[in-house]
Order: sequence, then structure tokens, then C-alpha cells
Amino acid sequence: MRHVTVFILSLIFWLLITFRFTVPNIIVGSVASLICSLIFTRFFIKNVYKILQPHRYYWFLIYLTVFIWECIKANFDVAYRVLHPAMPIRPGIVKVRMELKSQLARTLLANSITMTPGTISVDIIGDELFVHWIYVRSEDPEVYGRLITGKFEKYIKRIIE
Amino acid sequence: MSNMVTIILICIGVLFNIFGCIGLIRLPDVYNRLQSATKCVTLGCCSILLGVLFHFGIGDAGFKALFAIPIIFFSSTVAAHALIRGAYHFGAKLDKRTVKDDYKEAVK
Repeated sequence: MRHVTVFILSLIFWLLITFRFTVPNIIVGSVASLICSLIFTRFFIKNVYKILQPHRYYWFLIYLTVFIWECIKANFDVAYRVLHPAMPIRPGIVKVRMELKSQLARTLLANSITMTPGTISVDIIGDELFVHWIYVRSEDPEVYGRLITGKFEKYIKRIIE
Repeated sequence: MSNMVTIILICIGVLFNIFGCIGLIRLPDVYNRLQSATKCVTLGCCSILLGVLFHFGIGDAGFKALFAIPIIFFSSTVAAHALIRGAYHFGAKLDKRTVKDDYKEAVK
């Protein structure tokens, strides 16, 4: 069942990205999707029926809006720091504890953190995420944990877990 | 009207790419430079791709531009993570203004 889901998703992706609905193109796409589904299914989510639950898409749309807003804010933040004559930076690598368990959710969280203002994820060891921060706002682990992961963690939990 | 939106989006994209490049020159160490390189350049490229989408409309080239956006997002974030981790393990020094380094104890 998981193989079939990966196969269908990659075939749809192939058809949209080539955008030619002829028979030879569909045959080439099927072969490529078959190879993809054989190799990469082990990285896919365990329970494929989660894809069919509509409330996950609702939370995904909310998450996407928050994410795009944070991303635009991040760009203005970096532009401000770069163009300011005195360059107000106070960099540091901080340790944040995360509650998410599945690998996919952790990947999504780390990628979201990389695109938010001033933070970039360095590594995951156990349950802890190491984040390079361009302007360390406080020394208290509680406060920066909330500042860094708090915005996304609740949405990702509802989308994936 | 569509032409106008295209020009504005591509101008915003080029402007953010320029900010990213200025950051690459001005900021002090590898880690801070990667911050500017990842964020500004990703949104700059996405903005240019949205401009392409508005120029060609929904169709062959437009769909390709739209699908390139999430691919750029994922590849640039993963590349930034790999580069910053690799730089730390290689031994690139943090800038002297750095106030905190929790990663040092964890790596040992």
C-alpha cells in the first residue's frame, strides 16, 4: 500500500512538471515512478491513510500562511542587519528541546526553523536541536525555546502526528 | 496589469538577491554568512519564479516555475544545514562576538 501511494504521488508530480499528456511521456513517467517507489518508500510515512484525512490539510494551510509570513519577516530582518552600518549581530549556537517524535516532523521543523528570522538549524542529537542564532535575545532556555520552536511545533504536530 | 506585477516581483527578487550578496561580504564568519545567503537568496529566487509564473500564466512554463518554489525551499534549507554542520566539524572558528556555544559540549 505504501509503495502504491509513493508511485501515484511521483507519477502525478512527473505529469505536472513535464506537462505533456502523451502516451510515451506517461510510460517514461511510470518507469521513473516505479524506480522511485522501490528505492524511497522506506523514507515515507508509516501510516498512509493519514494522507486522506482532510483536517490535516486544513492545519497545513494555516501552517503555510504562518510560514510564509515568517519567511518574509526573516528576509527584512536579514536585510536590516546587513545594511545597518554598525551591524547589530550577537551570534550564538543554542540548544532547544523538541517534543516531536517522527523523523518527517523533525525534518519539517528543522527546515521551518532555517527559514525563520535569524535562526538556522545545525544538528539534531537525540531530542535536542542545535540552532545557530544571529541575535541571541535571551540567555534563558525556556524563553528561547518558546521563541524558536513554539510557533511551528503545534501546527506540525497536528499535521503529521 | 500582468506585465506590471511581473516587473515588480522580479525587481523585488533581484533586490533581495543583492542584499544576500552584500551580507555575504559584510558579515564576519561562515555561520552568519550562511544565514544571509540562505534566507535572502531563497526568497529572492522564489519572487523571481513568481514573476515568471505571472508572465507566462498558468500553463507549461508557469507550472514548472510554481513547482520549482518548494524544491528550492527544501534544497536550500537542507544545503544550509549540511554546510553549517560541515563547517563546524571542519573547525571553522566562530566570530569573537559570539555569546553562546552549546554545540561544543554536545559534539565531544
